[in-house]
Amino acid sequence: MNRFWGRFSKNKSAVFGLIILFLVILMAVIANWIYPDDPFRLAGKPMSSPGTNGFLLGSDTLGRDVAAGIAHGAKTSILIGLLATIAAVFIGIIFGALAGYYGGVIDDALMRVTEIFQTIPSFVFAILLVAIMKPSIEIIVIAITVVSWPAVARLVRGEFMSLKNREFVQACHTLGMNDSRIMMREILPNCLSPVIVIGSLMVATAILIESGLAFLGLGDPNIMSWGFQIGAGRTMLRSAWWVCTFPGIAILITVLAINLVGEGLNDAFNPRLRERN
Amino acid sequence: MSRSTQILRYIIRRLFQAVPIVLAIIVLNFFLLNMAEGDAVDVLAGEAGSATPEYMAELRAKFGLDQPLPVQLLVYLKNIISLDLGYSFRHDMPVSVLIVDRFWPTLLLMVSTIILAVLFGILLGLLAAINLNTWKDAVISVFALITYATPLFWVGLMMIVVFSINLRWFPTSGMENIAAFYEGFDRFVDITHHLVLPTITLSLFYLALYTRLMRASMLEQYGQDYVVTARAKGLPERRITFGHVLRNALLPVVTMAGVQVGALIGGSVIVESVFAWPGLGMLAFESLFARDLNLLLGIFLISSVLVVVVNLIVDVIYCFLDPRIEVS
Repeated sequence: MNRFWGRFSKNKSAVFGLIILFLVILMAVIANWIYPDDPFRLAGKPMSSPGTNGFLLGSDTLGRDVAAGIAHGAKTSILIGLLATIAAVFIGIIFGALAGYYGGVIDDALMRVTEIFQTIPSFVFAILLVAIMKPSIEIIVIAITVVSWPAVARLVRGEFMSLKNREFVQACHTLGMNDSRIMMREILPNCLSPVIVIGSLMVATAILIESGLAFLGLGDPNIMSWGFQIGAGRTMLRSAWWVCTFPGIAILITVLAINLVGEGLNDAFNPRLRERN
Repeated sequence: MSRSTQILRYIIRRLFQAVPIVLAIIVLNFFLLNMAEGDAVDVLAGEAGSATPEYMAELRAKFGLDQPLPVQLLVYLKNIISLDLGYSFRHDMPVSVLIVDRFWPTLLLMVSTIILAVLFGILLGLLAAINLNTWKDAVISVFALITYATPLFWVGLMMIVVFSINLRWFPTSGMENIAAFYEGFDRFVDITHHLVLPTITLSLFYLALYTRLMRASMLEQYGQDYVVTARAKGLPERRITFGHVLRNALLPVVTMAGVQVGALIGGSVIVESVFAWPGLGMLAFESLFARDLNLLLGIFLISSVLVVVVNLIVDVIYCFLDPRIEVS
């Protein structure tokens, strides 16, 4: 663990990403204290430019505080990103583990299903799922999960296929361990590092999908999000550029930070890969 | 057996492999249609304002909606295979006609995007790899990292603020200036003028992707034995890069261009709705607001089939490009 941290902390951009990510999470946590009021509430004079009328980042046509929206939107993005990723990793591990461990017909059947989900244009599919059911935070998480799990399934399948014939697994068989225990307690811990890397990068993708859905008007109408702010602000792009600009910068910084951390994790888990370049 | 018959057999086998995927997508579409609240009759009744329960039951019988689900699924499959994608009650037109109408603008946008992204991606990746660990490499890598993390719709809106509203170089929306009644070459220039901002916006994400891919691919090739051989026999570095490494590094980038088509369709929904580009993505956006589910499902089906077809084409091109690939 210490060696791992030592390798990670040598990578300057990864540490930079971690600091930014920490600040975004901090903003999400303290959003309720610094902006205790509902971010949808009319907070003052509409269309105030940044720095005027007590608005740090300006207000929109309805007089909503852009900065308050960004602080509360951070909660939404982080929450949806994490929940969808955890669910997708869970499903992907189950599919990948079963397919890779048993092989044969089970592998064929499960991989066919995975292939179909990988063929479908994922963002259009997410739009369709949210449009058919009602836009709520649960449905958005489900939609992002449904389009994200196949990548994990493929990865885990490959790892299981290469690990299942190793000596330590054969030893488990001789000891009379049952399959589920071998899969979950013996093989899975050995392929966690690539799963953690792909999972961290998936949080970034999930945040991008969520903001895209909210921008198209498919967000939860009761919850403030960055994509919603940009979608609501686009009609007055001409007169109030700040309403769209700042939430977009928030998305950019957050996604960038997560990507940097993900790459840092990857390099720290595979030190030889890094030296080669 | 000659190689051309081998390739032909390979193509036929790949075609048969694509059939179950397309069937599965149609079945998925059917279940999504049934998951939605209310059916086509509810929509019709809602459009009409009022309808008696007897009339609605009669309509359901007419559309076959009173049949058990497996029967409905068979009818649905038969309809799709005969290219009947249902009826859009909002536009009062068959879905297939609407989709064909809006297909060409999307194709234009996607083709120009792929060309721009692949060309500049290869160029930037090549530059970064040749100048490894210099400031040029650093600038290109940072650019790729940032564009990779930027939401497309936000880039589009910022492009509009800078290039349309402030500099007035490009129009904010649409595909052509309809009021001007341009014809021939003037119309071509007008459409190209409208195409610039949406294409740049949509291509940025893929540009980042191809740049990173090309850089990695070049570096991988530099480590191969044939490069050592070329250096040993005294070839100049330029010859090694452009005569040997570049050619081999291009292959994974070509494959990637095909794999990304699904994502490109998703991106074009966003970009078309930002720039009001009158293609399939804009149609999907409009059908969202009109709650026109038949239309939305039709677009979804067509775009999924498009991905299958493009993957097939890329596979075939790939085995022409690289004779080492096993086709038998």
